Amino acid sequence: MNYFTEVVLSGLTRGSIYALIALGYTMVYGIIELINFAHGEIYMIGAFTALILASVLTIFGFNTIAILFLAGIIAIVYSSMYGYTMEKVAYKPIRNSQRLSALISAIGMSMFLQNYVRIAQTSDFLPFPRIIPRFPWLSALPVSMSSSQFMIFSSTAVVMVLLTLLIKFTKIGKSMRAASQDKIMAKLLGVNVNKVISLTFIIGSATAALGGILISSYTGQINFYIGFLAGIKAFVAAVLGGIGSIPGAVLGSFVLGLTESFGAGYISSDYEDVFAFIILAVILIVKPAGILGKGQIEKV
Amino acid sequence: MTQRLNELRRSLLVSLWFMLLTFPIMVIRVNTITGTVRWRWTNLAVIGIGSFFISVVWRYAMQRKAGEAQAVGILSRVGERVGAGTKKIGAVLDIPKVRTRLVGGLLAAAVAYPFLNSMYHTNIMITALTYVVLGLGLNIIIGLGGMLHIGYAAFYAIGAYSYALLNMYFGINFWLALPIGAALAGLFSLLIGLPQLFGIDMRLQQTTVFVYFIMLAVVILTIFVVHRLENSRIGRQWVAMKEDYIACQAMGVSIAKAKLTALGIGAIWGGLVGVIFAARTTFINPASFTVWESVIILSTVVLGGMGSIPGVFVGALVLMLLPEYLRPFAQYRMLIFGALLVTMMVFRPSGFIKKRRKAYTITEAERQSVIKAELEDDGEVEE
Repeated sequence: MNYFTEVVLSGLTRGSIYALIALGYTMVYGIIELINFAHGEIYMIGAFTALILASVLTIFGFNTIAILFLAGIIAIVYSSMYGYTMEKVAYKPIRNSQRLSALISAIGMSMFLQNYVRIAQTSDFLPFPRIIPRFPWLSALPVSMSSSQFMIFSSTAVVMVLLTLLIKFTKIGKSMRAASQDKIMAKLLGVNVNKVISLTFIIGSATAALGGILISSYTGQINFYIGFLAGIKAFVAAVLGGIGSIPGAVLGSFVLGLTESFGAGYISSDYEDVFAFIILAVILIVKPAGILGKGQIEKV
Repeated sequence: MTQRLNELRRSLLVSLWFMLLTFPIMVIRVNTITGTVRWRWTNLAVIGIGSFFISVVWRYAMQRKAGEAQAVGILSRVGERVGAGTKKIGAVLDIPKVRTRLVGGLLAAAVAYPFLNSMYHTNIMITALTYVVLGLGLNIIIGLGGMLHIGYAAFYAIGAYSYALLNMYFGINFWLALPIGAALAGLFSLLIGLPQLFGIDMRLQQTTVFVYFIMLAVVILTIFVVHRLENSRIGRQWVAMKEDYIACQAMGVSIAKAKLTALGIGAIWGGLVGVIFAARTTFINPASFTVWESVIILSTVVLGGMGSIPGVFVGALVLMLLPEYLRPFAQYRMLIFGALLVTMMVFRPSGFIKKRRKAYTITEAERQSVIKAELEDDGEVEE
């Protein structure tokens, strides 16, 4: 197993997780032009809920597969509920005021949720149970991939495909695209914009929670602060790819993940964040709207 | 009556929703080492009752905000009184004589502060004043220039590092480092904008008071400069740029130049305060200048009132002093703080003190005279 493939695999793993979180950022931005600072917190809450449920189910003596599915699904549902409630409480009432107010509200929400988990649970790192079972057939592959890595790749791929299908071919997807283009016109044509926005938050939160559960079982420990750091990185990825564009967020995430792991693997691990931000600065100078972002033409 | 019952029923539903929502995190506490689960049912009751009452008040406040609340109950009467009271205070503050006296009083209180209070309080105040200057600096970029900037702490860091390094390697003293740090921060900001302590031997107590006065002087200087800038040619260009990009260009303002000057002049204050910060703490590391720091500075500006100097002043003081004095509730202070930010933005998105635009109100007599003059003009043409 050579070093190069290892670095590539680690980069792709990071990229997949960033992509799962960045999707929520970019979808929300695409529809209401809000940088949802509290999005990382949803990811953290997803991981925490899964941890709590998995521990309880283990104590009650469930088997591994049942724990994986029950804890995973309930945690994703709960995170979606948090996302939905957050939008109703903190963003809906200020949808018509200036954009900075919504940003500050999001920052407040982020602080609130972090400290809520810290007080209700703990500020220490908690060991995350190994809820992903071992797949023995993985060792037959030419590259050595851990079962968590395999789960991360496959779930990210499935989520991407499902999301693309949802947005391209369903009625809900159509109304989402309509609302992101022109909210007033969409309303006039009978699209329930409030519902579309709620749905966007629900979908974004669900993918973030999935990311949270997967990365936590990969790294093996969590605390209340993991959401903030991951959220910032995923936000960078979303901007890199062109915020508002879904394929852009995925591409940006992989570019970021690979840059970080190559930088860390071949130059120095102390500077992995520096590489990430250098790439961001270079791409934004060349293409200010991001890799796949469309430049905005202002009309008078 | 049925309407009110309906409202209560909805609040009940909200409280049930929150009980469900917070269940796993608030109620279940697992000890993974001993493998035991603690069910904290009292927390569930607290959440249920708490969210019910908050929901009642929240709904009421929302209706009031929308202007559809009926004038019933004590709450609305209190609200009206407060509303009328703030208006009265606002009117009194507009009188120039009252204003000068108020500013004089504040200044006297500020000068007396370190002598009346302990070193602990003076130190807290220094931090708060630091954020006043940082807030005012960022205010130039956001409030006047209209550019969202979430990396302001970097300029602060540049100032701090330039003092630390200049002092360490070249022995340059505090006073000389102050302008150099500010200039460096200004220069670095231009770089970013392109793509788009003491030699004197003093005791600790004296040092604190000394730093306090430096900080106070810097605050006064900042307020003076920002106020003058606001009404200058550059300041008006910034505001024009913020309001309408295209119209501003059409009026012959160079957007690139206006943006860069706003960034540069805004960053100078970050650098300036960074030098003071480094000199005061005598120890800096990158952890002092995180994204979180930038976020806090941004919050002071928006919470206080974007573009408004007294607003940013009050915002920074509240934001820095409140968590400090909420220390008895140490565990909950950041929670309360976050909730406060959200509530503030929902009910008062323009901040504590809204920026007042220059406006001229035409009196009825003036209006009449204009109409009369116009009528006369028209008459002449017809003849």
